[in-house]
Amino acid sequence: MRHVDEYRDAQRVAAVVRRIRETARRRWALMEVCGGQTHSILKFGMDELLPETVELIHGPGCPVCVTPLELIDRAIAIASRPEVTFCSFGDMLRVPGSDDDLLKVKARGGDVRIVYSPLDALRIARQQPDRKVVFFAVGFETTAPANAMAVHRAKAEGLSNFSVLVAHVLVPPALEALLGCEDARIDGLLAPGHVCTVTGYRDYEALAARHRIPIVVTGFEPLDLLSGILAAVTQLERGEARVENEYARAVTRDGNPGARAMVEDVFVVSDRTWRGLGPIPRSGYALAPRYAGFDAEQVFDVGAIAVREPEECRAGLVLQGRLRPTDCPAFGTRCTPEHPLGATMVSTEGACAAYFHYRRAPRAVAS
Amino acid sequence: MSRTLESMLVCPAPRSHGDVVELAHGGGGKKTSQLVETLFAPAFRNPQLEPLGDGAIVEVGRERLAFTTDSFVVKPAFFPGGDIGSLAVHGTVNDLAMCGAEPLFLSAGYLLEEGFPMRDLERVVASMAEACSRAGVLLVTGDTKVVDRGKGDGIYVNTSGIGRVRDGVSVGPGRAAPGDVVIVSGPIGDHGIAVMAAREGIDFETALVSDSAPVIAPVRALLDAVPATHVLRDPTRGGLATALCEIALASKVGIRLDETEVPVREEVRGACELLGFDPLYVACEGRFLAIVPGPSAEAALAAIRSQPGGEGARAVGTVASEDPGRVVLRTQIGSHRLLERLSGEQLPRIC
Repeated sequence: MRHVDEYRDAQRVAAVVRRIRETARRRWALMEVCGGQTHSILKFGMDELLPETVELIHGPGCPVCVTPLELIDRAIAIASRPEVTFCSFGDMLRVPGSDDDLLKVKARGGDVRIVYSPLDALRIARQQPDRKVVFFAVGFETTAPANAMAVHRAKAEGLSNFSVLVAHVLVPPALEALLGCEDARIDGLLAPGHVCTVTGYRDYEALAARHRIPIVVTGFEPLDLLSGILAAVTQLERGEARVENEYARAVTRDGNPGARAMVEDVFVVSDRTWRGLGPIPRSGYALAPRYAGFDAEQVFDVGAIAVREPEECRAGLVLQGRLRPTDCPAFGTRCTPEHPLGATMVSTEGACAAYFHYRRAPRAVAS
Repeated sequence: MSRTLESMLVCPAPRSHGDVVELAHGGGGKKTSQLVETLFAPAFRNPQLEPLGDGAIVEVGRERLAFTTDSFVVKPAFFPGGDIGSLAVHGTVNDLAMCGAEPLFLSAGYLLEEGFPMRDLERVVASMAEACSRAGVLLVTGDTKVVDRGKGDGIYVNTSGIGRVRDGVSVGPGRAAPGDVVIVSGPIGDHGIAVMAAREGIDFETALVSDSAPVIAPVRALLDAVPATHVLRDPTRGGLATALCEIALASKVGIRLDETEVPVREEVRGACELLGFDPLYVACEGRFLAIVPGPSAEAALAAIRSQPGGEGARAVGTVASEDPGRVVLRTQIGSHRLLERLSGEQLPRIC
């Protein structure tokens, strides 16, 4: 397959691995920020190929995982209302709320639908004017433009039966929070390639300078990730700390101005609470005041929500890169994709899900 | 909490399959297995049911008969390369073929929704009739029920089938042995992606059609050439990976699968990349996997390839005594990982 196979070529992969091995003389801990990168690393078994001098720490880049429990319970309450058609990306449906998940709401007769684009939800709203259609707008900067576009179009068309439950979060403020911790042990960052296609990487330049840490904009295929790792390790060995773009086929320094303009039209930056990380100032989006009529939190009064985090779940530590999923006592026993304790076990970008689905082969076979 | 009458009647253990039925209970993955193992199998326990294969082998007089049933709820009912009628015939005759049997007779049960266009029903029936004649089976009994408008989804079809198990053939999920070779009869995932694309209105540049077809001819050729074939399995729901995991568990062997050898069409790979699916978990309806003794692998491949529908057969893996119960994938870039059974529901209602 063009544009994919060349980034999965076993010989080219082996060549970059060799260069990483030669370059890394000291031990370095790199955080890949995006959950999509984590899944790619585990799916292709890249950690097995890396030398012991390079440790990968999995970052918080899983929007489903960091969506606060309070908002998931709110989504469940809204989706349970008889007049509502609730649209969401598939993996959100299995995220456990305090008592339930959206799949259970669906099984009990709630109108919960999996969509692949917010524009699909908009289409449903047009076709079924007697239903109140709600889209669960979860995501980082990557999905914000399409979600903004849906709201923008709904307003332009005067659709009054469409609203969005916004759970948008932003990567740089979360990285700032992680790097600002006194005990942070992150030597370098692999920045999320997809996010940067929209935002560019100017924000990361300030971050690199402030924390004196190399940041490499990195893609998702094996060769992309290994090239990102090689660039980060090379900088670290030379004592450099700058932003480098190893995903140039998709990312420019300024990102996508059209997409950014759409986002700026519809959203304003707001404080957000991240599940597992806590409140982070100016780390998300809320709808701009003139789009307030499309805010599902205002359209539906579901009352006060009292949340109950499962005591045993240690997803917070996983999201901060402080706990490897397999070191959690509940992993694979009391917590599985069928009976998850936390979102990290069910999201397609969750680190626990990656370790569960792509379990390491025993060493006897691997060698 | 005191024990209720219900809990005493049903089972003393807590309900491990959940409070309400979810789509994943019909997905062919772990939740389906769990439901079968904790609810259905204990309720009907008997030696014929016990192997939980694609069909049961029952002895009637001196005959060994294979007996199987399958219900079809595919949405949409008409998709590129087939429809619910032909699929209902192929699914059941293929399950019989996977028992090492020659399919003989089918039954059909139609669950129709009030208001379903008669023209569409005629199309389904014509397609079923053609599929029966192509597969060489007779549809000998049937049933029709109609439910109120809004209480069904147009049409559901159930088929059951009976076949005669070939003399000298004994296949089963527990018979894979170290030294065996794993063969798939052609590219995987066509059916799941074709139905998905039709349902979600996703247009691909090339027209992808379902692989829905009877596998009787290539299986017959295989069993003529290699009667000692150990395992036959059609990788429907849950795909190749789930089928291999179940075989590794049942046979207590390790299976090594080589990702670069697994045949997957470009269109299917592309769609999977786009939608975030793994082709190893996407269903086929006209393919099978065969596990044969190593020395017979070349003969088995040649036999399967000699028949229509088997031209793309490939050896994709081997069976070992190490890592019993596990399937180890050698990835495209040369690393290794374990494959798990399908977890949750990847593509609901594709058959």
